[in-house]
Amino acid sequence: MSKENWILIPFILIILLIPVSGSRFYVFLGTDILIFGLFAVSLNLLLGYTGLVSFGHATYFGIGAYTCALLMKKASIPFPLAFAAAGVLGGIAALVIGFFCVRLTKVYFAMLTLAFSQIVWAIAFKWNSLTGGDTGFIGVPFPQYLDSKIRFYYFTFAVVAVSLFILRKVVNSPFGRILTTIRENPERTEFIGINVKLFQLAAFMISGVFAAISGALFGIFNNNVFPDILFWPASAEVLIMTILGGIYSFFGPVVGAAVLLFLRMQVTSYTVYWPLILGMILALLLFFFPGGIVGFLKTRLVFVKGNR
Amino acid sequence: MILTIERVKKSFDGFVAVNGVSFTVEKGELCSIIGPNGAGKTTLFNLITGHLPSDEGKLLFKGIDITYMPPHRICRLGIGRSFQRTNIFPRLTVFENVQSAVLAHRGKSLSFFRPVGSLFLKETEAILEMVGLREYEKTVSGSLSYGFQKQLELGIALATEPELLLLDEPTAGMSAKETHQTIELIGQIARDQGLTLLFTEHDMEVVFSISERIMVLHQGQLIAEGTSEEIRNNSDVRKIYLGEAR
Repeated sequence: MSKENWILIPFILIILLIPVSGSRFYVFLGTDILIFGLFAVSLNLLLGYTGLVSFGHATYFGIGAYTCALLMKKASIPFPLAFAAAGVLGGIAALVIGFFCVRLTKVYFAMLTLAFSQIVWAIAFKWNSLTGGDTGFIGVPFPQYLDSKIRFYYFTFAVVAVSLFILRKVVNSPFGRILTTIRENPERTEFIGINVKLFQLAAFMISGVFAAISGALFGIFNNNVFPDILFWPASAEVLIMTILGGIYSFFGPVVGAAVLLFLRMQVTSYTVYWPLILGMILALLLFFFPGGIVGFLKTRLVFVKGNR
Repeated sequence: MILTIERVKKSFDGFVAVNGVSFTVEKGELCSIIGPNGAGKTTLFNLITGHLPSDEGKLLFKGIDITYMPPHRICRLGIGRSFQRTNIFPRLTVFENVQSAVLAHRGKSLSFFRPVGSLFLKETEAILEMVGLREYEKTVSGSLSYGFQKQLELGIALATEPELLLLDEPTAGMSAKETHQTIELIGQIARDQGLTLLFTEHDMEVVFSISERIMVLHQGQLIAEGTSEEIRNNSDVRKIYLGEAR
């Protein structure tokens, strides 16, 4: 078993044992972290592995949330089907939007992802009859068998664990390797015989599917869906989580999500200046820990070992 | 005839970089293109490999029209290339650099669930052996010396098993000793693998020592073509080079 797997075991045990503690606060925070952890890892498939900076990733998260909730509430489709449909629709949306975005590079790519995300947000915001507009719609029907915070926590854990397992397989596969060569040097990758745009599009779509799955979980978890989850600050937030945790490590973004959500929960109970503190954290991070938390820990561990 | 180039032309905002160049390359030949800076050598390479579309003319590889093909398809047809500015995957190890090219070439790049760590180990080792980087396989490639990075680039190009290999200034920035070793290595690999070689170079000694045929490019046009002897004695070529040297 690899070293990374050994490190994982205690974390998985802690996650499984949180509900046993009986703390409603930690169950709530844990669910939030699992959902945003998956969302951030899905973004990192683009950011850290393929080298594409998406500034509109909340789109797929939001599409997942709206799809699952709408199908259940308006069309009375059973939860498992609605949930799967969220992933499928997220993938289709990413395929269509990605088709245009991968034609551009760097800052233009980022701007186009932002432009599309604003379009999707505007639709959700204005199409009152379908989406409930500004207020969104409240009362997404929980499936009966998930109708307890603890049960939903375990359900979320299962979905996130399976999703991360699949994503980890993908990044460690030949396909994943080619994504990293694209990140490193798209021109050279083209000339080892790879259709770079096609691979970028595939990564964009896979990323969209898992972002939508995390979004669907979020809609159920919150019991409501509102257009803010599609707005650009949501895309910025997941970007910050990912960079905070570390983009060159598979689990880095999960760590980033955990730290950011925990801090936000703590800080907002003392002060209303959370954005100010977030800004300072980000500035310090970019200057002193460009590899993120996990990147920093990794170099530290190597350092300690090297000294022995 | 492995490569046929007919009257290709490329201009950038009115500046004509390549102006109606035609030539052919036979299978198994070792050819070089020389010319002063700005003669259009790199542009010509970019036209052949599809990195730039040509404005006019036609390019044929093994009889297939490649004029408007994207680079990845041209690569798959059997043209390999190294770049003038080193062009590797700097955060990956030496081994991973070459292994990625092997994966891409063998059509395994769309395999999603198999662990990459166990694929094509032997093939990759063999290429590293060939370019003399076996002992550095675990090194992160971006930290290699310049000369080794050039060798790695050659390894990446070879991993795609090209029939025609284009090398753009393979010894640029190397010391005299490194240049000598690299050229020896390239010549040996080309002969062993039966490759057709087309390269650009600024060092005249290198060119005369290895090329069977030399083409001289000047201001986007081909002004001379022949063996080392013929080029050495060509008055136009002497004028360009001696004029520039002064």
